[in-house]
Amino acid sequence: MSRSQTGQPVTRNQDANHELSIRVRDLSLWYGESQALKSLNIDLYQKNVTALIGPSGCGKSTFLRCLNRMNDLIPGVRIEGLVEMDGRDVNARKMDEVALRRRVGMVFQKPNPFPKSIYENIAYAPRMHDLVGRKAEQDELVERALRDAGLWEEVKDKLHQPGTSLSGGQQQRLCIARAIAVQPDVILMDEPTSALDPISTATIEDLMDKLKKQFTIVTVTHNMQQAARVADYTAFFHLGEIIEYNDTKTMFSTPATKKAEDYITGRYG
Amino acid sequence: MSQSFDVISSQLKKRHRKSARLKWISMSALGLAGLFLVLFFADMLSKGLPAFQQAYIQVELEYNEDATRMGRAAMDPEVARLVSRTFERLIPGQLRANPELLGTSETRWVLATSEVDQYLKGHDNKLRGNQQEVVDELIEAGRLELRFNTTFFTRGDSKMAESAGILSAAVGTVLTMLVTLAISFPIGVMTAVYLEEFAPDNRFTQLIEININNLAAIPSILFGLLGLAIFISFFGVPRSSPLVGGMTLALMTLPVIIIATRTALRSVPDSIRHAAFGVGCSRWQVVRDHVLPLAMPGIMTGSIIGLAQAMGETAPLIIVGMVAFIPDVSASFTQAATVLPAQIFTWAGEPERAFVEKTAGGILVLLSILIFLNATAVILRKKFERRW
Repeated sequence: MSRSQTGQPVTRNQDANHELSIRVRDLSLWYGESQALKSLNIDLYQKNVTALIGPSGCGKSTFLRCLNRMNDLIPGVRIEGLVEMDGRDVNARKMDEVALRRRVGMVFQKPNPFPKSIYENIAYAPRMHDLVGRKAEQDELVERALRDAGLWEEVKDKLHQPGTSLSGGQQQRLCIARAIAVQPDVILMDEPTSALDPISTATIEDLMDKLKKQFTIVTVTHNMQQAARVADYTAFFHLGEIIEYNDTKTMFSTPATKKAEDYITGRYG
Repeated sequence: MSQSFDVISSQLKKRHRKSARLKWISMSALGLAGLFLVLFFADMLSKGLPAFQQAYIQVELEYNEDATRMGRAAMDPEVARLVSRTFERLIPGQLRANPELLGTSETRWVLATSEVDQYLKGHDNKLRGNQQEVVDELIEAGRLELRFNTTFFTRGDSKMAESAGILSAAVGTVLTMLVTLAISFPIGVMTAVYLEEFAPDNRFTQLIEININNLAAIPSILFGLLGLAIFISFFGVPRSSPLVGGMTLALMTLPVIIIATRTALRSVPDSIRHAAFGVGCSRWQVVRDHVLPLAMPGIMTGSIIGLAQAMGETAPLIIVGMVAFIPDVSASFTQAATVLPAQIFTWAGEPERAFVEKTAGGILVLLSILIFLNATAVILRKKFERRW
């Protein structure tokens, strides 16, 4: 384990088995006067699940929102540093946040389907981005997205009922289907199972495992077991810093830092 | 040591009495308000309902040479005095237009004067003793009776109470409201959308916000003065026209629509906005495709209530000259017109007894429209009420 000049651990930056998806260097963020992220450095790999763990208020959700610039919506946020995807600075003035969000989709903590039909929930964004033309194409895309999200069998007979009529777990899978329908590279998940029951949670976890064949997944979770189950890499956040970042197995078996060990073993958090 | 139930109950007695007293006070306040409402409606109905009936008289018309100059020559002089002058005046013109009628005769039911009408309804009137006898005879003979007053709904204002109607005022109201809606709805909604969804939260927007809220509390007559000074004097918009009236009322309705729209937009949860941003919507797409459709029922409700408020407004319209005597119905935005409340205002100032019931009848019509509009707003709100 090596340390960068900023004193933070940067492990596995040159992992040979995986291609880089998003490179983060010296990323700091302020909400007004208070600094929420302190000079973060991390590399996220393609077609892997990376879990962000840490106690409440440690900045993991804030960091997640930096990856598709959702923080732009919050007034008084100031960002410094580099978030690089595909060789481009995400925060650059020239970068269109709409284009960025097409490539970096997001699933939220509480299922938030549009109050439209199940079909419209999926078809809306691809149509808006001109990804589909004819009706048949659209139907096909809706089916594929719902199949990928493991929801097709359950909803194929009621595609025109409102998305909000589904159960919480189904709604969350609908939101995942909605995100993958625009064919992004990265899917960000902000505690996607925290509002769900254990069975729905298990379904979503299985889904994440399947989806990582196609997508890069970055997920925030409060649930240590979940991180251990689904994530290939885990980053431990504490007070706006990344204390430790490693492959999940190493992280959970032999954590390098005392703080991470204490958190993982449940001594605080 | 804890207290027994008895001890606690005895202490509670006083508190319960107090709450019972408060309950009674608030209930009697409500009862009083309800009583006033019932009295108001009873008064309006008893005064206004007779306006929907009018005395009609059967006359024998003999179209002779004299009648081409003076209409009453066609009738029996005894009866002619009981017939509305608005009908009399029509006869010469009718004869000139159709000369073949000369020398013929016919029997027709025509409007009676308002004095006869008031006599039939048992109100004060100026009929002399012998005229009353004639009227009684005619009633006896079945040649004089109260009928449904179609004139009230098909004619404009008139100096003769029996032929005064609300149609010109109703048309004026519709035209004025169209102008008000066309101006205040798009401007109001877009202003609210900008303030709520696009504008940064800084001193400037806060100042705008405070001013909009204050605007809603400005006495309406000041909007009339503004309309007079700016629309009529400066821009030269025709005076008394539905155009200037609608523009003036639009100024008044704007803050109501802006405030209602902002409330409706704010009630759309942020999770919907996040979802839309998350799939790559631009700010305008988020508003157009997701936020506005969800806020629309609230916006519509607010706008209807704002319009209903404007519809009942008189003061600003007096200033821009919409309290005018408009006997003819005209469907033009630029010609002089009047509106329902202004018509009521005009009638209320007439000295004749017969106009009292016209006034009350006009109020009933206006109230029915307002109740209808408010009911529509309530139904809209109930129908589209959405839970997240």
